[in-house]
Amino acid sequence: MDVELILSSLWPLIQGAVTGTIPLALVSFVLGLAVALLAALARLSPRWWLSGIARFYISVIRGTPLIVQLYVVFFGLPSVGVTIPSWPSAIIVLSLNVGGYAAEIIRAAILSIPRGQWEAAYTIGMPRWLALRRIILPQAARVSVPPLSNTFISLVKDTALTSLILVTEMFRKAQQIAAFSNEFLLLYIEAAVLYWVICLVLSAGQGTLERRLERHVA
Amino acid sequence: MSPDPITPPPSEAETVLDVTGLAKSFGSTAVLTSVDLTLRAGRVVCLIGPSGSGKTTVLRSLNGLERPDGGVVRAPGAGLDIDFSGPVDDATRNRLRDLSAMVFQQHNLFPHLTVMQNVIEGPMRVQRRPREEVIAEARSLLERVGLDARRDAYPSELSGGQQQRVGIVRALALRPRLLLFDEPTSALDPELVGDVLSVMKDLADEGWTMAVVTHELAFARDVADEVLFLDDGVVLERGAPERIFTAPREERTRRFLERLMRPF
Ligand SMILES: Nc1ncnc2c1ncn2[C@@H]1O[C@H](COP(=O)(O)OP(=O)(O)OP(=O)(O)O)[C@@H](O)[C@H]1O
Ligand SMILES: [Mg+2]
Repeated sequence: MDVELILSSLWPLIQGAVTGTIPLALVSFVLGLAVALLAALARLSPRWWLSGIARFYISVIRGTPLIVQLYVVFFGLPSVGVTIPSWPSAIIVLSLNVGGYAAEIIRAAILSIPRGQWEAAYTIGMPRWLALRRIILPQAARVSVPPLSNTFISLVKDTALTSLILVTEMFRKAQQIAAFSNEFLLLYIEAAVLYWVICLVLSAGQGTLERRLERHVA
Repeated sequence: MSPDPITPPPSEAETVLDVTGLAKSFGSTAVLTSVDLTLRAGRVVCLIGPSGSGKTTVLRSLNGLERPDGGVVRAPGAGLDIDFSGPVDDATRNRLRDLSAMVFQQHNLFPHLTVMQNVIEGPMRVQRRPREEVIAEARSLLERVGLDARRDAYPSELSGGQQQRVGIVRALALRPRLLLFDEPTSALDPELVGDVLSVMKDLADEGWTMAVVTHELAFARDVADEVLFLDDGVVLERGAPERIFTAPREERTRRFLERLMRPF
């Protein structure tokens, strides 16, 4: 085993994680959550066209492979004159992708809050939107934490796909070093181990977060 | 008719809410056919009746949680005269709701907020009253039900009786004209019922106007000025508690009371 190569490639890979994988996942997740909240509320709207649009969006996102979504935006759109560089393309696609999955999680969480909570909010005089913001969403947020954490962990792994649209995140770094050194197995296993470590840390964080939120849920 | 010198006839007290012909259907099921009900200042009305007779629906209609499809609700003090057989706009419905505050059977406290936050949420976020004043008032209300020391606890950390007393304080903090109670003790363990009922009795003695759905006959006898027996969406019988409980005129009232007093 080439210990020297492992050590010398470790730093560029960690760099790829710190400057690529992790910020890409974080930014896409935050934007994706905003999209998801809007989509979930639209989906619950009594206006048929609004819920129809949300339903269509969620269905398309969940019904097509992420890699195809990335290709459509990065390699497809330029042929109609829309050229988006790889980083923005990756963020747009990952955010919309997370948005589609998280929308269903948030919708289910909102629906899981007992009717009595809405009614209690109404009897203290709250209009619908205030009841949603002050009473329902804070409780729905707690309910959503475990499934959303899983979505985030999946997202971290999915960022590897953006190497195919030339985003220099950790896996693309691994591909480059592997091609250069001809040590494919070594580099890809090294990348796998690093992804695994990141996910272990995130799972531990998820556990702590869930234990802290478990209190005071109805 | 000469007025009784000791207990003035109800008509002398100011009318807080006057309901005539209240009707409500869910789909094709008529739940309320025609309910008449007058709530006068400082008086307590108890609603009794079999399960499914529409007691909860009456209270929910007064609090804007259901939209009745017929009937007139007048609140002279608030200048409200609402005919539910026609369209009623949201602003009018909200003004009706603002008259009353509801205490639910399953307290419906907000589990993510502390006791204090539960109590001040409405006065601060909705009524936009000054924080200092709202907190001071909340503390004295909590003090009165013996829960000021628990103001930073979460509802899940309280007993059922304590939760229900917080529910009552949350209603009081809104400074309503009228308190609505929907079987506030029927979800409680028997030994916790007394605490809640005694708080309610104190409120009645202080002159609160109350409508109470309850099966606690001793409470109704002690506190109510009038008892309404609801059956199949109509008020079948009404009168002073002693009269209803000792000499019901309607066969169905008599059978209902018998079953309550001798469940098996
Ligand atoms: N949202 C609803 N949709 C359909 N039917 C309803 C709804 N709410 C109440 N009902 C029906 O209306 C009838 C009266 O209900 P209500 O809750 O007012 O009765 P209640 O007198 O409070 O009974 P209980 O003593 O069991 O609480 C019942 O038959 C109930 O099934
Ligand atoms: Mg009921």
